Amino acid sequence: MRVLGRSAALATAGALLAGCAGGPGGGGGKISDEKLVLAVLTDQSGVYADLSGKNAVEAVKMAVADFKAKYGDKAVTDKIEVISADHQNKPEIANSKAQELYDRKKADLILDVPTSSAALAVATVAKNKKKLFIDVGAATTELEGKQCNKYTFHYGYNSYMLAHGTGTGVTKDGGKNWYIVYPDYAFGQDMQKTFTTAIKGAGGSVVKSDPTPFPNDNFSTFLLKAPGLKPKPQVLGAMQAGGDLVNLVKQYNEYKLRDKGVKLAAGLMFITDIHSLGSDALAGTRFTDFWYWNANAGNRAWADKFKAKTGARPTAVQAADYSAALQYLEAVQRGGTDKSDDVVKQLEGAKVNDAFTSTGTIRAEDHLLTHDAYVAEVKPKSEVKEPWDYEKIVSTIPAAEAFQQPDPSCSL
Amino acid sequence: MLQQAFNGLVGGAFYALLALGLAVIFGMLGVVNFAHGAFYMLGAFGSFVLLDSFGVNFWLALVIVPVVLGIAGVLLERLFIHRLAPLDPLYNFLFTFGLALILQDLVKRKYGVQSQPYPRPSALDGSIDLGLFTYPTYQVFVLAVSVLVCGAVWVVLTRTRVGMIVRAATERPELSRALGIDVARWVTPVFGFGIALAAFAGVLAAPMRAVNPLMGSDLIITVFAVVVIGGLGSVFGSVAAGFAVGLVSALGNYYVPSLSQTLVFILMAAVLLWRPAGLFGREEAL
Repeated sequence: MRVLGRSAALATAGALLAGCAGGPGGGGGKISDEKLVLAVLTDQSGVYADLSGKNAVEAVKMAVADFKAKYGDKAVTDKIEVISADHQNKPEIANSKAQELYDRKKADLILDVPTSSAALAVATVAKNKKKLFIDVGAATTELEGKQCNKYTFHYGYNSYMLAHGTGTGVTKDGGKNWYIVYPDYAFGQDMQKTFTTAIKGAGGSVVKSDPTPFPNDNFSTFLLKAPGLKPKPQVLGAMQAGGDLVNLVKQYNEYKLRDKGVKLAAGLMFITDIHSLGSDALAGTRFTDFWYWNANAGNRAWADKFKAKTGARPTAVQAADYSAALQYLEAVQRGGTDKSDDVVKQLEGAKVNDAFTSTGTIRAEDHLLTHDAYVAEVKPKSEVKEPWDYEKIVSTIPAAEAFQQPDPSCSL
Repeated sequence: MLQQAFNGLVGGAFYALLALGLAVIFGMLGVVNFAHGAFYMLGAFGSFVLLDSFGVNFWLALVIVPVVLGIAGVLLERLFIHRLAPLDPLYNFLFTFGLALILQDLVKRKYGVQSQPYPRPSALDGSIDLGLFTYPTYQVFVLAVSVLVCGAVWVVLTRTRVGMIVRAATERPELSRALGIDVARWVTPVFGFGIALAAFAGVLAAPMRAVNPLMGSDLIITVFAVVVIGGLGSVFGSVAAGFAVGLVSALGNYYVPSLSQTLVFILMAAVLLWRPAGLFGREEAL
């Protein structure tokens, strides 16, 4: 009796263990800590807080809700938590927050992370801890280049896409000679380089490029200088972002540079910037966008849901955050586990077709999401039919052209 | 070249207006007002809110906003600064610094970090032919108005009895007290006035600069450099240094853009080596 009892206990324990090792799907047996934790590490009060920030967290929550609705009982787990933290755009804070999120908050994935230097810091932590990181907000190509690693993915856009779209596009449209002004820090310097390469590649030339103070509220010196350069530039390439870009454009209009034959092209611009300036101030300005809420019915439907939750129209970054979270959850679902190495395998080469893109592929070679990008133009006020509808999509850059080829210096 | 110089003066106009208020406040109260940039920002936001929510135009804002914020300044002085003044100067330094952060964050909470739109007043749209070159009307207006305001302040300070008292109390507070001038009576209105000047500069900035919560903190460091270059507490020095720094940074931007950020501070260091109390400061005032 006693013997039988012991073997029965063993059998039960065995069965329990087997259950824990679990079959695929359902039951959540292969989920560490019995739940999935998605951490949005973002800028909660600095210059990127509006284009990602708290609404990026909402976008990720929407992805979780959509995932649960799709799979219901069949979902790999129904315990999915979304947490967030502020990295203040500083690499050292990003580094310590990332460690804290992975170790203490048990995050399975870190998302968003605008600011290139902060993103690279998080990528290093992800690599060391063998945990998933999908960057959305940062522009640097280093994430899929020299500093790429097995656990880091880059989603949405990068500086190559911006330079290639706007630099090549505007040059081919006849804006051969450029005057580039760029903010004097890592982002600006990187943009200046990639734009110069793209412009030259398209048969144009950069007459001059000047670094400007960062942050800066007075660009008049540079704007006055522009028409007098020899040869006269046809395009002013502004690599500033946020408030600096707003300052620059206000002053560009005051000095009537457009009337003097110097067009404006913006290196990086978000719909929030257009809203700040009023669309007339930017009418006709070309830039590269990677998602626009009113581009088609599908985008609009998602943007309406987003607006119902947040009261705002989503930026391209927030849409990409949604997609990144959704694709991560799908990968966990397919693999039946949140074990990093298995999720990476599921993500590599995955096709992405959701509210963000229908042409996406997560490249296995360097973990970059490639997808169609768009050359956009700001509508004049007379064509703006409803709030926040500022953009006209001029052309589509197919996924294969929009992003650079995998960098041979990246080995995963 | 001439155009660049002119351009520098327009930029300098903002420095001068802000430095003027900062200098008067410092001179009289001995308070380094770190919240000055925040009031400049509130000035710009004030005009945005007036236009956006109440349809009040630029011209009225130019009057209403400085008056309202000036009154707020008076209250601030009465409620806090005044009580902290007898203590170590560090208390007021920390107070104004904290206040700047709080104001900035409150605005951020309400309006986000993106800039708010503010159109140029239609009467000042367009450009003026200045003979040698044409220049945007609005910039000319900004320069003219700030020269006028600085001039008016100057006249009041030099030609009136009130001005004489304030000037004496600003530049030699201890001596004035010893001569029987009731410095304390003038402290509150002077503080309010300094804040009103910052708000005025903010309203002027709204149509030509990005209206966002960070606009003040981005500018204030340069303005502190201006005040130091001019000589702490020297009213005339601050205005002169304001325009000078505007000029130097415009020319710096033109010839050596990569250095332009540090140029102001190089200038500051050079001036301090040559005259430790600043261009127009008195050694003992420190």
